[in-house]
Amino acid sequence: MQHSVSIRDLSLNFGNVKVLEHLNLDIAQGEFIVLLGPSGCGKSTLLNCIAGLLDVSDGQIFISGKNVTWEEPKDRGIGMVFQSYALYPQMTVEKNLSFGLRVAGMPKAEIDQRVQRAAEILQIQPLLQRKPANLSGGQRQRVAIGRALVRDVDVFLFDEPLSNLDAKLRSDLRVEIKRLHQRLKNTMIYVTHDQIEALTLADRIAIMKNGVIQQLADPHTIYNKPTNLYVAGFIGSPSMNFITGTLDGANFTANDGTVIPVGAYQFVSSAPTGSTKAVLGVRPEHIFIGDEAQGMPYKATAEIEIVEPMGSETLAWTKVAGIPVTFRCSSDIPLAAGDTVTVGFDIARGSLFDAGTENRL
Amino acid sequence: MAETAVRMEAGERTTTRPGFLSRIFLHNLPAKIAALPMVLTVLVVFVGCTIWTIYYSFTNSKLLPTGKFVGFDQYERLFATSRWNVSVWNLVAYGSMSLVFTLVIGFILAVLIDQKIRFESAFRTIMLYPFALSFIVTGLVWQWIMNPTLGLQGTLRNLGWENFTFDWIANPRMVLFALLIAGLWHGTGFCMVLMLAGLRGVDEEVWKAARVDGIPTWRTYVSIVLPMMRGVLITAIVIIGSGIVRLYDLVVALTNGGPGISSEVPAKYVFNYMFSGGNIGQGLAGATMMLLTVLIIMIPWAYLEFGGKGRRA
Amino acid sequence: MSQTATMTGQPAVAQDTSGPRGPRPKPFFTPKKVILYTVLVFFSLYYLFPLYVMVVTSLKTMPEVRFGNIFALPTAPNFDAWVKAWTSACTGLNCNGLAPGFWNSVKITIPSTIVSIFIAAVNGYALVNWRFKGSEIFFSILIFGSFIPYQVMLYPLVMITREMGIFGTLQAVIIIHTVFGMPILTLLFRNYFASLPQELFKAARVDGAGFWRIFFEIMLPMSLPIFVVAIILQVTGIWNDFLFGVVFAGTQNYPMTVQLNNIVNSAQGTPEYNVNMAATVLTGLVPLTVYFVSGKWFVRGVAAGAVKG
Ligand SMILES: Nc1ncnc2c1ncn2[C@@H]1O[C@H](COP(=O)(O)OP(=O)(O)OP(=O)(O)O)[C@@H](O)[C@H]1O
Ligand SMILES: [Mg+2]
Repeated sequence: MQHSVSIRDLSLNFGNVKVLEHLNLDIAQGEFIVLLGPSGCGKSTLLNCIAGLLDVSDGQIFISGKNVTWEEPKDRGIGMVFQSYALYPQMTVEKNLSFGLRVAGMPKAEIDQRVQRAAEILQIQPLLQRKPANLSGGQRQRVAIGRALVRDVDVFLFDEPLSNLDAKLRSDLRVEIKRLHQRLKNTMIYVTHDQIEALTLADRIAIMKNGVIQQLADPHTIYNKPTNLYVAGFIGSPSMNFITGTLDGANFTANDGTVIPVGAYQFVSSAPTGSTKAVLGVRPEHIFIGDEAQGMPYKATAEIEIVEPMGSETLAWTKVAGIPVTFRCSSDIPLAAGDTVTVGFDIARGSLFDAGTENRL
Repeated sequence: MAETAVRMEAGERTTTRPGFLSRIFLHNLPAKIAALPMVLTVLVVFVGCTIWTIYYSFTNSKLLPTGKFVGFDQYERLFATSRWNVSVWNLVAYGSMSLVFTLVIGFILAVLIDQKIRFESAFRTIMLYPFALSFIVTGLVWQWIMNPTLGLQGTLRNLGWENFTFDWIANPRMVLFALLIAGLWHGTGFCMVLMLAGLRGVDEEVWKAARVDGIPTWRTYVSIVLPMMRGVLITAIVIIGSGIVRLYDLVVALTNGGPGISSEVPAKYVFNYMFSGGNIGQGLAGATMMLLTVLIIMIPWAYLEFGGKGRRA
Repeated sequence: MSQTATMTGQPAVAQDTSGPRGPRPKPFFTPKKVILYTVLVFFSLYYLFPLYVMVVTSLKTMPEVRFGNIFALPTAPNFDAWVKAWTSACTGLNCNGLAPGFWNSVKITIPSTIVSIFIAAVNGYALVNWRFKGSEIFFSILIFGSFIPYQVMLYPLVMITREMGIFGTLQAVIIIHTVFGMPILTLLFRNYFASLPQELFKAARVDGAGFWRIFFEIMLPMSLPIFVVAIILQVTGIWNDFLFGVVFAGTQNYPMTVQLNNIVNSAQGTPEYNVNMAATVLTGLVPLTVYFVSGKWFVRGVAAGAVKG
């Protein structure tokens, strides 16, 4: 199968600051890839390299099988949407959409047709004669998407397109972008530092840190089988519970002496031999209480310190044998600070990491 | 609590009601003392002196401003005086050329400097230093350069280019261009700095979007960036424009109005009639006309800036 | 690190990896670059030429000047013309050179700068933090007033200063500079103070500090940058002034620009161009020094004066 976008051995430095180093990434035709990572990790830089807005220091970029490393952005078959919308403020929406096409000398009829189609898809027909200053943030971002749409390209690049919007609009537009992807079926590369956006939109997520892709996988794998401690801690809110201890043979011994059998755990390759310093990670929603806890392979007693009702569910901050543990449960279960409850979990749904290399075991 | 906050923000609002006069003068007294120079400047100089000048421009004051009211006599005489008419024409001709060239050159230089060039700050320094010099210095240097016998013309003729002519300063038909060369030398760097600030204020993502759209650089400057710099452009026009109306020192130093009266300007006409011509009424009428010119420039600007569709974002 | 490589994987499909790689080739010479630098250098020559001519001419002797090549470097550079310009060049009848003008300019510039900046700073502070009824109206008129041509107010101001008995003295020039520097400086300070966090001011008020105490102990220490900008603006502006000096200072106190113009434009006898240029350089020296020493601050000053309007 032909990759839509391939990045080979890409490096980029600003002066002697190395932002990206030997980065490889293959994106399939029609795939929705999300680049997720903390601020300053090089997401925008990577996107700008793909767009051709930054000159790479080394490596190659292929789009639709063509080596575009030296091509101008306009010749790469990409459309791009920016965080600040970057609309041309003195032009009407219609002109914003059509300006690039007119400059390229496209026949008027074809331009009109494309603008109409984009306006219809994005439902901005009534706004075509307005100027950007007279649009709401959500409408502006739609126009910005429309400007990429009229280019009729294979690859869409989004650089935090929703982060200037308020929470409500953000979730609305998120759904629309997903719908757009389902309708157009073209490749999309989407930068964000909002993990909800990443988990809901992506076919695959690339988690980045310091210019290096930590893990590239579908949301389910990212969430349930994080490849290292960084990814495990970065994804999920509240964060995964981490318990440090030692792994030897079939048992994980926490630092306070609690022994947890790990027989049911699926190791990446095979269980390490001998004794290894390790970290056990358990997501708050994989810890159960009450009847459900009874059915779990491992059980313990937890003292509840703080209860946070969140509406549909409740967060509880507890101590299990002195180790802080957070869990999430249905809000129907009555909990109060000071209660002692029995909690249980299944090691098969947990994650074990080597304390030294921080990689998944 | 809320009340104290309000009082602290607004300053003038008090809950007690002291007498009218003491409320005007005593409340917030230190601030009023601090602002006294401003109040005096506004009332006495900007308002008072201006009204005084307008009023006395309708009198036949000669050596002292004591004359009696003569209606528009001074203005009729003003526009019947060839020296004034030449001055006005010169101002219009010089002013429009100067405005256009300053803006165009300033913008072009700013665009060139904006191209991620090497030695950017050296180029900027070179372009702006004339602005630090006075018009007198500017005028005198160019007077020397344009000196027909020993300046550029003489030098090039001595070097064998017999027909080279650069006698603008001594040629009534060309003297305005001499003024223009000196004026542009002095002011274009300043305009460049303004424009460059405007260019650098444009969102970088707009540039990226234009590149993705495949819009050539020059087209991006003309169709997208320039319209975005409307505010800076208007500011530049107002500043350059009001500088042109004031044009005085440069003329005094470079040509002193000559040859003949071919490079006279209104500010110089006014000055001469007030302080050496002994015809104050004429000077004041000329000054009032200058004021009128400025108002004609300023009112549309003030309307655009503060009136109309409310404040721009 | 090593893991990343396995995660992102090797190319699944062999792709032609021989094509373009790394940065776009950037030839040292492109037509665009050649044009760019040619135009920039051309303009730089236009801007530098007068400075060059001014300095070169001032270092020549009169016979050499009369030889008539303004490009030529002086054969034997000497400062005779500078000395003459400073000590004994003639303005009409008296021949004391530029030195008195220089000292007059110093005597005008220093107090005018201090007074105008102090008044404007206090005024801007009052306008931001101690508004009173009408303060904004006065401020608006002040700003619009700055566009009124000076000629309109000149004659009445002569009469006022004459009534006050200070016409033709240093005080008159200082007052005039303070008055006409007020709009731009007040604007500068007002905008600056408005950009400072208001919490500091409110906290000080809650602590019971008054107008002057807050100004001197809280506002001033935070305002160094804007004072630098204002000082640059005023020193160059006042030093370069001609009109107010010639009208208000009186013959004894003519500033350097006026003296310079008199030396060059109303001298009797054969003009000494080398002395003229030496005098011109000398007059330009102070603002040029300010300009080159202050660097970015000067740009900030002119831009602050203009863009914030
Ligand atoms: N023009 C530049 N010159 C030097 N360093 C730069 C430049 N642009 C970005 N950087 C650096 O490169 C790194 C990556 O920047 P980048 O903009 O790609 O981050 P990001 O992941 O998009 O972050 P954010 O989420 O804040 O947008 C940062 O450390 C940044 O400081
Ligand atoms: Mg970014």
